[in-house]
Amino acid sequence: MHKDVFKNYQKNDKSALIPLLQDVQSLYNYLPEEALKDIAEFLGIPLSRVFGVATFYNQFRLTPIGKNVIRVCRGTACHVKNSSNLLFALETALGIKAGETTRDKNFTLETVACIGACSIAPVITVNDEFYGRLSVKDIPKIIKTYTTAQQKAAVEIKAEESAA
Amino acid sequence: MVQLTINNIKVNAEEGMTILDAAKSVGIHIPTLCHLKNLAPTGACRICSVEVEGQRGLTPSCAYPVFEGMVVETNSPRVRRARKTIVELLVENHPPDCLICVRNKNCELQDLAEQYGLREHRFAGETKTHAIDISSASMERDPAKCILCGRCVRVCFEVQKIGAIDFTNRGFTSIVTTPYNKGLNISDCILCGQCILVCPTAALREKSSLKEVSNALNNKNKYTIAQIAPAVRATLGEEYNMPLGTDVTGQLVTGLRRLGFKKVFDTNFAADLTIMEEASELINRVQNNKTLPMFTSCCPGWVKFAEQNYPQILDHVSSCKSPHEMEGAILKTYYAKKMGIDPKDIYVVSIMPCTVKKFESNRAELAEETMPDVDAVLTTRELVRFFKMAGIDFADLPQSEFDNPLGESTGAAAIFGTSGGVMEAALRTAYFKLTGEELTQLDFESVRGSGGLKEASVTISGLKLNIAVVNGIGNVEPIIKDILAGTSKYHFIEVMACPGGCINGGGQPIHQKPEKVMKRMKALYQIDAEMQTRQSHNNESVKILYKEFLGEPNSHKAHEILHTKYFNRKEILNN
Repeated sequence: MHKDVFKNYQKNDKSALIPLLQDVQSLYNYLPEEALKDIAEFLGIPLSRVFGVATFYNQFRLTPIGKNVIRVCRGTACHVKNSSNLLFALETALGIKAGETTRDKNFTLETVACIGACSIAPVITVNDEFYGRLSVKDIPKIIKTYTTAQQKAAVEIKAEESAA
Repeated sequence: MVQLTINNIKVNAEEGMTILDAAKSVGIHIPTLCHLKNLAPTGACRICSVEVEGQRGLTPSCAYPVFEGMVVETNSPRVRRARKTIVELLVENHPPDCLICVRNKNCELQDLAEQYGLREHRFAGETKTHAIDISSASMERDPAKCILCGRCVRVCFEVQKIGAIDFTNRGFTSIVTTPYNKGLNISDCILCGQCILVCPTAALREKSSLKEVSNALNNKNKYTIAQIAPAVRATLGEEYNMPLGTDVTGQLVTGLRRLGFKKVFDTNFAADLTIMEEASELINRVQNNKTLPMFTSCCPGWVKFAEQNYPQILDHVSSCKSPHEMEGAILKTYYAKKMGIDPKDIYVVSIMPCTVKKFESNRAELAEETMPDVDAVLTTRELVRFFKMAGIDFADLPQSEFDNPLGESTGAAAIFGTSGGVMEAALRTAYFKLTGEELTQLDFESVRGSGGLKEASVTISGLKLNIAVVNGIGNVEPIIKDILAGTSKYHFIEVMACPGGCINGGGQPIHQKPEKVMKRMKALYQIDAEMQTRQSHNNESVKILYKEFLGEPNSHKAHEILHTKYFNRKEILNN
């Protein structure tokens, strides 16, 4: 379906690469491999170059994004207020590293340089919601808020299985 | 003209010239890393930084044009300090593998470390680690040794117009790689190895076959046979500091015998055989209105390119195997029978100027029953390493002759190693086949030289042939598009994937001397000119081979042994 987006662009117009990547990403929330191949062919650019641009800019992602995006501020003020501990706690609780998405696609964890809310450091955002003056103890509660009943059940079954 | 001063020397330079070239014209050396002659400068590495009076920062001399009254300092303490720091930072992020590195003593980073007198590790810290890509049959990619100069990326994209590799990610994690970091074997790469020739370090290198070859030579049950490609004899001497374009055929034969090869044959014999088959195929296509234009098929890089990108034109590619595969096929059939050797015991090693030939020799269809036509391929560089390992003092070797009958060759075969050579050789024989007479003027000047696309038209007994010679795979696309559009005027097209042909192949000695292509080319034309026989159809051994074994060119038997088929690799790559 990303080929519909191509209609707004000229074939072989190499300068259209970045806007086209942006449009395709807004369609899927990420850039699937097939789409990159099609873009390369449409614009007459080698796939390696398209891939290079897509990996150069932070705005592009090559893996699907989770339903909820958690961003941990790693700016100076938050760093001084031990935001690295928050990140570690989130990584442990979700079982993923920064930049990754949980297998159930519910959470994506990212770090950002500064959110601009230094007065409430250390701070994280979940989607558009801000959570400030946090400590490691607050993390499980926040994650719980964004986990559906169904997902909780799945997690519990898994825990039982591994116990048995 | 512009007048400027470099290191207190008055210099007259042409308008638009860079500081780098102006300095070079008066014998001032400025080091470079990312610079590639004839390509637009990128100014990425900053090692060529110089001081220009009146400018605040240092200036990259490879990218900055001269101006009237300019005052340049290329060797001030500030410049030296900056360059040294750049080298130190590169070295600290580079594996300390020099002693066991394939490019030891031929490495631009090593040279710079020496020139700037590095004696301590000032910036020890985290270094990048990456897995080595050994997926392809021809090449290895070792990103840990990459200094991100980008020369491979530009040769691949701007010269060869393939773009198999590019910069990905940014900052510390930046790396030159294929899309999605997949192996070279499933990328757009055609394995031509032009990137190896420009790599300043060992980040790109051939996949070595020395171990297999050495094992075969030590195996008493193996009947080891070497064959030498036309282009190798004109370049190997460079590794021993001989002048560019020195012909070392005689020493090569002696050297290979001393390594333990039972027979040393000449791929040129098979080049003559290729011409017999290819010229007959061309005449057949022209006279019977079959698919035209016909492409040559000697270059496995070109064949791989066509298979991967334009499978719809594969009918246009001659079905002839490449010369060294033909030689191998004849060795394992005709020769084995004639000599009473079990073909399974024959081990054929091709000495090639080429990296793709390794991939080619692995192709399953290039085999007699289950025996590969060619068992291993060594590049020019690998053979030099082998000589060194075996204690063979190449420069002092006496000369000797090839073994026979598969060692005889003509001048037409010698020029296979250069762009335009296959075409010229084919025309000499096609003329004879169509008219029954020999050409009086054998040299086709219009297909010689290093132009990207050379064209000519030849009329042979009323038959007008339009021919084209493509030099460098980056120049082939317009010709293919014409064919697909049905507007191509050509009958016969020679394509060699490397700029200049095999003499500048990806397996050849590595150095950046700009005159290498022309000098090597000259050496091959010299060999041709000095030969008594200069037409493939006059090769006596080839005549005997047809009489005793193959019948005539393009016979059923010839097709079975000397011809091959191609595959739609585009589909294979996409699935």
